Amino acid sequence: MIYSEIGYYSLVIGLTISLPIFFFSIKNFRDNKILDYKIINFSFIQLLLVLTSFLGLVLSFIYSDFSNETVFNNSHTTKPLFYKISGTWGNHEGSLLLWLLVLNLFIFFFLITSKNLWKNYRILTVLFHQLIIIGFFIFLLDSSNPFNYIFPVPKEGLGLNPILQDPALAIHPPVLYLGYVGSSIIFSSVLAATSLNYVSKIWALHIKKWVLISWVFLTLGILLGSIWAYYELGWGGFWFWDPVENISLMPWLALTTLFHCILVLEKRSTLTSWVIILSITTFTLSMCGTFLVRSGILNSVHTFANDPERGLFILTFLFILIFISLFVFFVFHKTDKKSLISFSLVSKETSILINNWFMMYFLSVVLIGTIYPIFLDVISSEKISVGPPFYHKLMIPFLVPFLIFMAIGPQLRWIKSRLRGKIYLITLFIISISASFFVVKNLSYNFLINTVLIGSALYLFFVTIRDFFSKEFKNISQNLSHFGFSLLILSILFNNLFSNEIITNLKVGERFNNEKFQIVFKNLEKSEEKNYVTFKGYFTILESGKEDNLVPELRVYNQPNIVTSEADIKTSLLNDKFITMNTVQNEEYFNIRYQVKPLMIWIWISVLLISFGGILSLFNRNRV
Amino acid sequence: MYGRKVKLRFLFVIIIGLSLFLSAFLILKSLEESVVYFKSPTDIKLIKEIEYKKIRIGGMVKKNSIQMSTDQINFIITDLRNEINVTYSGIVPNLFSEGKGVVAEGYLKDRNFFEASKILAKHDENYMPPEVKAALEKN
Repeated sequence: MIYSEIGYYSLVIGLTISLPIFFFSIKNFRDNKILDYKIINFSFIQLLLVLTSFLGLVLSFIYSDFSNETVFNNSHTTKPLFYKISGTWGNHEGSLLLWLLVLNLFIFFFLITSKNLWKNYRILTVLFHQLIIIGFFIFLLDSSNPFNYIFPVPKEGLGLNPILQDPALAIHPPVLYLGYVGSSIIFSSVLAATSLNYVSKIWALHIKKWVLISWVFLTLGILLGSIWAYYELGWGGFWFWDPVENISLMPWLALTTLFHCILVLEKRSTLTSWVIILSITTFTLSMCGTFLVRSGILNSVHTFANDPERGLFILTFLFILIFISLFVFFVFHKTDKKSLISFSLVSKETSILINNWFMMYFLSVVLIGTIYPIFLDVISSEKISVGPPFYHKLMIPFLVPFLIFMAIGPQLRWIKSRLRGKIYLITLFIISISASFFVVKNLSYNFLINTVLIGSALYLFFVTIRDFFSKEFKNISQNLSHFGFSLLILSILFNNLFSNEIITNLKVGERFNNEKFQIVFKNLEKSEEKNYVTFKGYFTILESGKEDNLVPELRVYNQPNIVTSEADIKTSLLNDKFITMNTVQNEEYFNIRYQVKPLMIWIWISVLLISFGGILSLFNRNRV
Repeated sequence: MYGRKVKLRFLFVIIIGLSLFLSAFLILKSLEESVVYFKSPTDIKLIKEIEYKKIRIGGMVKKNSIQMSTDQINFIITDLRNEINVTYSGIVPNLFSEGKGVVAEGYLKDRNFFEASKILAKHDENYMPPEVKAALEKN
């Protein structure tokens, strides 16, 4: 009770703190001195208040205070403590409060780390950022208050959706939000810099850190979500081209492109329009993601409530922000002095530019695939869905030149470069194509595209490996990320090409045979846990003389009453053995799915490597 | 005639224009091919001819209609007005049960038989896919 009270009032007071921030910022903007310390102080106070409010909600969850509507809807006394805490952001209201908290946290860090930058730029960034913060405050207090009362106080809560009760998913939202919200700092900063005509090398050096931070978090956030989908949803896939996944991928693509543009800006002071547009795009996509996911337009585990009012609010808010940003862009932005023609054909910036175009293409494919069904539904009420074939068909062919440019680009110099003395590039290319030829040789279908695709991924792989050992080339962070990307593509390809799957229905005691595998359903055991009853199936899998024991589970949760399948996965460096079972009501048969997925763990490792490259570059001051 | 710079710029504009055009064409073309339409059992009854194209059918799993064997699951999807028989071999989502909403993706054999390649996952017991809701409300 008391915690919700504290939480609510600190939220209200937090909103009012925006007034003095605005006041002092505008005052400070006019007189040309150093930054007024009051702005930082008030930002800090606002941060503390939002933090208090957030902790108030966390405590309400920990103490299962069911007089709070959010707690009542999403918690239960028998839930383990860990999931009570993660339940705080496992719902609409709490997750928005988390957004707000991170918004405040980032602007505070921005203020204290930007000391040697121009004062007016800092103030203007704070002002633009306050617009977003106020928007979220109003949204929270007006239509998604996390501290609503229920009277009379219920004895028991409704519980958290069991498939959300998972360690990976408990930390997935905060990590993803750090990435999403990081883009808001870039957004405010780019607007400020554009208005003041401050888009320059120094600015690029400074904003690059923020881009990297949000990029790393976004990458890790997507990874966590993907890992969770892999073992929890029971389908054994890690990416389904589901709209909700696409929504996190789109800001990632924009952010990755943005990062490369900023590198060019830093070294060559050009591509400023790219940087500005991409910063705005990244933030818009993050906000759109929130809008589509929260408004109930998309159906997924992320849709907590179908409240049209909320969707409308975010949409209006988004339009205001887009309008402001486009206004700033068209009115204040001065075009580059150097035109694109000043790019030499063989140079690092040209290859970056080419790949940026490719990434923009990928982005538009994902964007169209995601919003076209919504669009069509609105105008013709025809219901359609766009599946993986669409994305694969449109993206895979372009992945080949993309990978090749990714391999060659870093080998070139800025401004102007020569291909002389780079014979190894050609040698490696021939080696990778022939290597891939031998791998794919035995496949009967899609021979050409697979050879070319694996070949170009191998090419990037070999070139980056060579760079690890080459002396003239010391850009470890970039190299690591690119290496990680080649590894990612390779593992995904091998995973797709060489997966095995068996689907069968078995009764207890029965066995399944084919020429390769034997699956024995030995036993079924029931036991009771704290908030669910579990049925464990004991399976033995015989494959070419080797024996594996796997124990998938079926869990029946008490509150809410939901059945979930827990996959059992045996991971090794070579492959994952993945088994799930399911039951269909009143049937003795169990629905069994057994998969052998090669190189699965390398998909996770490669994404970790990619983000680790980003982290390294963050700590690497001189070179990127 | 024209300077080198102007020519280059001209070439550049043409390349960009062409690639934009090409990508727009590609995207739209493959969108047309790989879009999956959603139908209710009643819509199926009204189809004139059956093409071999992937579609989704949504509705409720009819009570007492689930039959399981070692390699197949058979059930009936109903929108309370018309019905369609579905055969499926694969794993069903946890919330697949009689009397609950379901979306099946696959190919139509004829007006009464549907061969599903995927049964779509849902995430909680109160959740009904909006397509199913719309299909049920229509009747």
